[in-house]
Amino acid sequence: MSQPLNRPKRKNPLQRTKHPLSPPGVRSRTAHGLTAAAAEGRFALQVCEDCKTVIYPPRDCCPTCLSVRLPFRDVERGGVLVAETTVQVSADPYFRERTPWRVGTVKLDAGPLIVAHLHADAQEGHRVRLDLKLDKSGSAVVMALPEKDTPNMADDPHLREMTCDPKFRRVLITDGRTPVGQAMAEAFAEAGAAIVFVGIADPWKPVPGLEALRKIGPVEIVPLDLTDSESVSEQAEQNGARIDIVVNTAEHVRSGGIVDRHGLTTVREQIDIRYLGLVRLAQAFGPVLRARGADGINAAAAFVNLLSAHALMNWPAYGSYSAAEAACLSAAQCMRTELRPGGIKVMNVFFGPLETEWFQTVPPPKVAPATLARAVVRGLQQGLEDVFVGDIAEDIRARLAVNPKALERELAS
Amino acid sequence: MTVDVLSFARAVALGQIRVVDLTQTLSQDFPTIVLPPELGQCAPFRIEEISRYDERGPAWYWNNISLGEHTGTHFDAPIHWISGKDLPNNAVDTIDVTKFIAPAVVIDCSKECAADPDFALTVAFVEAWEARHGKIEPGHWVLLRSDWSKQDFTQYANLREDGAHTPGPAPEVVKWFVEARDVHGFGTETIGTDLGQGHHFNPPFPAHFYMHGKGRFGLQCLTNLDQLPPKGAVIIAAPLKIKQGSGSPLRVLALVS
Amino acid sequence: MAPAAQRKSYDDVVVCLPVTIPYRRYSTNSAQWWLGRVLRELTQRAKLRLSDIDGLAVSSFTLAPDTAIGLTQHFGVSPRWLDHIPFGGVSGIVALRRAARAVQAGDAEIVACIAGDTNHVDSFRKTLSNFSRFAHDAVYPYGAGGANASFALITKNYMNQYGAKREDFARICIAQRDNALAIPFAMMKKKLTLDEYMAARPIADPVHLFDCVMPCAGAEGFLVCREDVAKSLNLPYVRLLSTIERHNAFTADPIQTRGGWAVDISELWSMAGLKPDAVDFVQTYDDYPVIVMMQFEDLGFCAKGEGPDFVRSHTFINDGSFPHNTSGGQLSVGQAGAAGGLLGLVEAVRQLIGAPLGTAVRDARSCVVSGFGMINYDRGLSSGAAILARA
Repeated sequence: MSQPLNRPKRKNPLQRTKHPLSPPGVRSRTAHGLTAAAAEGRFALQVCEDCKTVIYPPRDCCPTCLSVRLPFRDVERGGVLVAETTVQVSADPYFRERTPWRVGTVKLDAGPLIVAHLHADAQEGHRVRLDLKLDKSGSAVVMALPEKDTPNMADDPHLREMTCDPKFRRVLITDGRTPVGQAMAEAFAEAGAAIVFVGIADPWKPVPGLEALRKIGPVEIVPLDLTDSESVSEQAEQNGARIDIVVNTAEHVRSGGIVDRHGLTTVREQIDIRYLGLVRLAQAFGPVLRARGADGINAAAAFVNLLSAHALMNWPAYGSYSAAEAACLSAAQCMRTELRPGGIKVMNVFFGPLETEWFQTVPPPKVAPATLARAVVRGLQQGLEDVFVGDIAEDIRARLAVNPKALERELAS
Repeated sequence: MTVDVLSFARAVALGQIRVVDLTQTLSQDFPTIVLPPELGQCAPFRIEEISRYDERGPAWYWNNISLGEHTGTHFDAPIHWISGKDLPNNAVDTIDVTKFIAPAVVIDCSKECAADPDFALTVAFVEAWEARHGKIEPGHWVLLRSDWSKQDFTQYANLREDGAHTPGPAPEVVKWFVEARDVHGFGTETIGTDLGQGHHFNPPFPAHFYMHGKGRFGLQCLTNLDQLPPKGAVIIAAPLKIKQGSGSPLRVLALVS
Repeated sequence: MAPAAQRKSYDDVVVCLPVTIPYRRYSTNSAQWWLGRVLRELTQRAKLRLSDIDGLAVSSFTLAPDTAIGLTQHFGVSPRWLDHIPFGGVSGIVALRRAARAVQAGDAEIVACIAGDTNHVDSFRKTLSNFSRFAHDAVYPYGAGGANASFALITKNYMNQYGAKREDFARICIAQRDNALAIPFAMMKKKLTLDEYMAARPIADPVHLFDCVMPCAGAEGFLVCREDVAKSLNLPYVRLLSTIERHNAFTADPIQTRGGWAVDISELWSMAGLKPDAVDFVQTYDDYPVIVMMQFEDLGFCAKGEGPDFVRSHTFINDGSFPHNTSGGQLSVGQAGAAGGLLGLVEAVRQLIGAPLGTAVRDARSCVVSGFGMINYDRGLSSGAAILARA
């Protein structure tokens, strides 16, 4: 049975911080089909187009009919744990300091044999449910969970290593001035975060909702202006070493395009708050997050970007907004590589129009701030990298997968 | 009469002429004017290190700065307002440079402003001041001492649900300053020469409307006005020579004998 | 489809000149150095010029970026038959099979079969972490226990399915340790007791320390030629009665409980004209004792699942009821990389020509040598066996 996690004691400041290590991350190109599925929380294996054999390990020719048409498809997750072992000694530095480590062979109902990490509650001879997770190297691994949820399941150390669970962690919500920022603070408090730092810029301007924010137990209001490099680096200097998850809630939404816009002030603000703000956060918090990736139960874990789904395909009605979001998406991809040595996940959460003031004239479906906040928390609890929230975001993702050019035209009308 | 500038410089160096700095430090924390979100906003002051004796520049320290023409302690030129847009020599690069040195009167309403953030300076109040200190001569800056610069920044901006609540001149006193006293310009300690609620007047923002409409100047976000005599100070306020600039942040110095 | 051809006998082919370059735990020399030493030893003992060796089969895990072809220039040989055999523990059997047919067909006169590996301080970890594509994608990310974790799963499953106990595996390991006491360069130099075996440090449950081979540096080699050639060189020799080879067998078995030998085993015995009870000793591939137990079953000495009983009812020292791994096997002597695939074969030849390094099996007339290996993902893919007889 999983033991519930105890709230970690205060870190001993005289002790050296453990350096993060990476488990083996080399994968063949084909095997990264699993990485794509794990990033989104799907369970997908190759299924031969010609003979329907479900295949594992990933490969380039079907072992039944030699077909090379082997796309990844979602398959049933159930199977039986046939045999297990506990690795006590490992030649690999990452696992060496994490033994004992249980792995086992699962016979999947869909066919293949899969050697998988075992959740503490997965028992030999019993049925299990398989999950694809991104491990600290950023590549996909298979994890066998008990068939049904068990108490304190998320606290299993193997599983917690694959996820960014906010429980007992310290979170920074970069902008608490907006409904999204405030909903985020509530959601993280509910998820068991130890401290929720909430950044507020320009304290001389009124902050609607400040009193309600202050009432949330773990919340600590801190000065943070994403347009001011000194403000960002100061906050990182003061609190960086005790922030495990950064959630960038800064937003700048204005309708209007590129050609049919008069002047640059709005666009400059947009780039400053969204893109340059992200770069400031990355430079100020990135190194300390990366260094603390193996720092105990509440090790640094994630950097969360809230991105319009239109970062993926410009929506001309909100054209300069889309472009700024696209800049942030590209930066986030770079950050993913730069933060990986610390095992820090960069999670991008894509959404369509929100139920907030600057999307006022956009017809539904729109995403409520609380829905977005809960999706962020869930994404972290599952250790995802790419999350799509709401009907519009899912729709964009589906259309992009089939014909991006058609989507480009459709968004123009 | 000939005046010896070298003697003047010596007097300053020896402290025989007191120099008072009326300027707020340009920093990121200093509030800027906030307009309705749909309109263009004045850029706040921001500073980015280029290098600091490091790999980006081993032996030197320097910064790039970004700010608006109306950020921090700043000068307003007549071209800034619609009412002054067609006047000759109305931009910071074309204003006659002799205008950058002028005497000032300081009208103390600090007690009244402490009691009422929406205090409006009236003709009656100024006439009562003149009864004690003498008539305001032509060509003087009129500086409204509210002691507002002593507030912390949240109180300084004093933004509430219906906008800012900060003191300033009533419409008729501005008109009177220009028509009856031929003033050089109007200066305040607050963000803006007008009341925080000045958009409700007719015309809206009368200090801007009347001053700039008649080719006079504005100074905002001043400080240390409490160190100046009611009369007798000379202000040096020379804005940056920005091409067709509507104003600029600047160093405002007061000289007191 | 036409009926399968009859397998040709090995009548005129012989195996001679078993050479072992003594193992060392660590070596700063290269695999090329170790392989060169065994080739030199072969030519010197046979009083041959290097140019007389016109066939070469090479196996090594630490030779990269070289393969056999690089060695031809490195060593200054010009063979007319060359093979690089990357099949790990079955390399000896496979090299023997290839060389035998080449010699029979006249494609080569004298084939040197050599295998060797160095062992730098990081060789083992590097070899393990670059073993195969499936290992990258589906094994290392899971605890990186190397082969130990994979064989632990096989062992656990075998124990669950057939009731084998650790004490049964102990009997194999203890006897092999006894057989190795007389080998001067063996990595493990002391007797092993049951208590020591049971109390040994766990590696990946149920595999413990003494279930694992110790990686080391070393080299092994032998010659294959026609009988008349061996006679002309005055080299004692051994006959080859039969061989089998099979890769990736029993793909439907969820977890490996049998190796490829089980597919072709009756052919091995019928081609040799012998039954299992006729042979005097057996050399199995002993990367892990569970695989030894599987070989007892799959080579025909007992039925599937009877391995535990078989082990409990036999003794495996050289003068026991079932002499097995007569120089101690890899579990005692050490695994010198791919040379482990020749260890059993070379020792078998020694026993049959009456020149063992350790204690002799009395009146040894015939034996089975078995090879196994190449755990690509979750099971050993390769298997092979040969029956050798005294001339």
